[in-house]
Amino acid sequence: MTTATVTGKPEEPVVATKNYLTEEGTTLRSWLLTRDHKRIAILYTLSLTVFFFVGGAAATLIRLNLVTPAGIFTPDIYNRLFTLHGIVMVWFFLIPSIPNTMGNFLIPLMIGAKDLAFPRLNLLSWYLYMGAGFLALFAILIGGVDTGWTFYTPFSSLYSNGYVVLALAAVFAVGFSSILTGLNFIVTTHRLRAPGMTWYRLPVFVWSNYATSVIMVLATPVLAITLLLVAVERLLRVGIFDPALGGDPLLFQHLFWFYSHPAVYIMILPGFGVISEIVPCFARKPLFGYKFVVWSSIAISVIGFFVWAHHMFVAGISLYAGLVFSLLSYVIAVPSAIKVFNWTATLHKGWISFDAPMLYALGFIGLFTIGGLTGLFVANLAFDVHVTDTYFVVAHFHYIMVGGMVSAYFGGLHYWWPKVTGRLYPEWWARIAALLIFFGFNLTFFPQFILGYLGMERRYYAYPPEFQAWNIFSSAGASVLAVGYVLPFFYLGWSLFRGKRAGSNPWAATGLEWKTPSPPPTHNFDRTPTVTRPPYQYRPEPEPQDV
Amino acid sequence: MSDATPHPQPVPRPEPQYATMDQQAEAASFGMWVFLATEVLFFGGMLLAYAWLRASHPDGVAEAGRHTKVVIGSVNTLVLLTSSLTMAWAVHAAEHGRRTALTRLLAVTALLGLLFLGLKGYEYHGEWAEHLVPGLNFQENGPHARTIELFYFLYFLLTGIHGIHVTIGIVLIAVMAVRARRGAFSAGYFTPVEVTGLYWHFVDIVWIFLYPLIYLAGRSGP
Repeated sequence: MTTATVTGKPEEPVVATKNYLTEEGTTLRSWLLTRDHKRIAILYTLSLTVFFFVGGAAATLIRLNLVTPAGIFTPDIYNRLFTLHGIVMVWFFLIPSIPNTMGNFLIPLMIGAKDLAFPRLNLLSWYLYMGAGFLALFAILIGGVDTGWTFYTPFSSLYSNGYVVLALAAVFAVGFSSILTGLNFIVTTHRLRAPGMTWYRLPVFVWSNYATSVIMVLATPVLAITLLLVAVERLLRVGIFDPALGGDPLLFQHLFWFYSHPAVYIMILPGFGVISEIVPCFARKPLFGYKFVVWSSIAISVIGFFVWAHHMFVAGISLYAGLVFSLLSYVIAVPSAIKVFNWTATLHKGWISFDAPMLYALGFIGLFTIGGLTGLFVANLAFDVHVTDTYFVVAHFHYIMVGGMVSAYFGGLHYWWPKVTGRLYPEWWARIAALLIFFGFNLTFFPQFILGYLGMERRYYAYPPEFQAWNIFSSAGASVLAVGYVLPFFYLGWSLFRGKRAGSNPWAATGLEWKTPSPPPTHNFDRTPTVTRPPYQYRPEPEPQDV
Repeated sequence: MSDATPHPQPVPRPEPQYATMDQQAEAASFGMWVFLATEVLFFGGMLLAYAWLRASHPDGVAEAGRHTKVVIGSVNTLVLLTSSLTMAWAVHAAEHGRRTALTRLLAVTALLGLLFLGLKGYEYHGEWAEHLVPGLNFQENGPHARTIELFYFLYFLLTGIHGIHVTIGIVLIAVMAVRARRGAFSAGYFTPVEVTGLYWHFVDIVWIFLYPLIYLAGRSGP
């Protein structure tokens, strides 16, 4: 205790009197009509949280059903549950997760801009997202959709009962939300960088979101047109995806995965960005191989467009096509591996502290590596034939999406929480939650690798009794995971009111976002900053906090 | 020139996130380019479906292509290309601050767009009468009936979505014409006209791809 004991009050950094949370007013109207990228980021965060818990509830019910071999729900309900889980988690949580929350909040701050290039478009994108979200929930909960998130034809266009067209419309609309966000980020990164903020001085977080945006802009329209074709085919009974009508279901799969495989990189690239911010800060070292990390993001976004048919190895594509796509799928593992090596090299001889963001980041590196390496298994033609549509694949992509992306999301949420709210979160609780999530996650999904290898097919409501033990492990893990995900909801909520004041730079981090008060003022900087140094200029000892 | 306004032009101020009007203008036109990239892929999905159909059923597609109304299609190509010319001319007029010319050229562009839609509607009407509308009144016999139906399915989808784009373009151009008439633009500020022009040229370019694929594909050879 220093001077604080003299006055008898805890020492609290001075809070900027004018910040984005209060400056425009605190009415609902001022929030719903705001053009401030930071406020829109908050709107996104709140709505994403709702969708995360909706999708999570469906996952909980799925795991509950799979505790017993016979299942507890009817097959029909089970189909709707995994469809709800897939659609909500993919399009209403994972795709917008980091870009629309942290990207929205941080990109202008990190490049020294006052806002995104098109603030109105940004707000429109949130309204599209919300409209689409309600439409999707309505379609799935009221009408019932049982196609899975993949909408494979001819099932989706011909046989499936339920409100498939509405669900398609919802995904169509949320796609445009994603396109507008991507467009906004690309233009902002090109045109609104502060003086001296050259491309190689951009934080990797900005680069990652830039690479993500390119995919959003170029891949999402293909999904939109594909889903439109399915909807027309379903409504008019004419179409090019249904073999009975002269069409070809493989064409659907090609078009669908042309979006949906790059979409995997939409989901994971922003996570790479978050980890690239956290690791140098908590290792007190510059990011190792900055340019390699940057260009591997760009490489992923480009090569990501040429691997889609590895989802179709058993669908009837030619052997030569299979060979080419298998090879390309190996190739795309290289830039991902470069990143993992660079983060590890950044840790090497670093001054490492294990605060909650770092725990999530380290968890990310481990889990993403497992997810990535098992990705090589399924990129292998022969092995893929064995595990296609089994729990091996389910485990593989959950290691990337949940172990990777959701860990990065929580890591970033904790790392920038003081900047966003002006308050510190309770560190002890945060570490407990991070550890619970890590262990719960592994307990949930590692057994699924084994189940898949043993031959348990995905998407069935029942399974042979010999698989029960592993399924019980998995469901037990899911309950640990659920506790881990609910915990932050409480302690972060508590910290909003009772957390210690954060000051502008509680982590002694570099980066322009830490140079402005927490919470930042409406236009981010009182004076447009000038950048003179590359990012991540950390020294291997704690720097004094700036006041 | 008679374009000169009696009262001084209001000098538009950039939005808060921009330092200068130039920066704002650059961002706006760059934003439109990025949007057009999205559009290319949007049409690309449909063109892939077309390519698949033509590759797997070449004879049926050729026969279907001969059902199309090539005269209307060609006239429409001419109409749309001319509208691109007047649009480019309008942007040129805006650059030089010629208000009356700008207003008139924008109006002509919008009218040409309407003419295109009118001809397209007339064409659709003919196809309806010939029972070529899949899902609603399609009647066709012969070995290629299925392929012809799929061709017309893609035809209506491609030209329909293109038509929606034309309609949006006409509305935008009409708004620009009204704003130009009110003196909203000057030699120093005409970004909205320029960005609308970019969009309109894109709509035109899409048609340049659609025209040969739809109308000419079946007409070569014997």
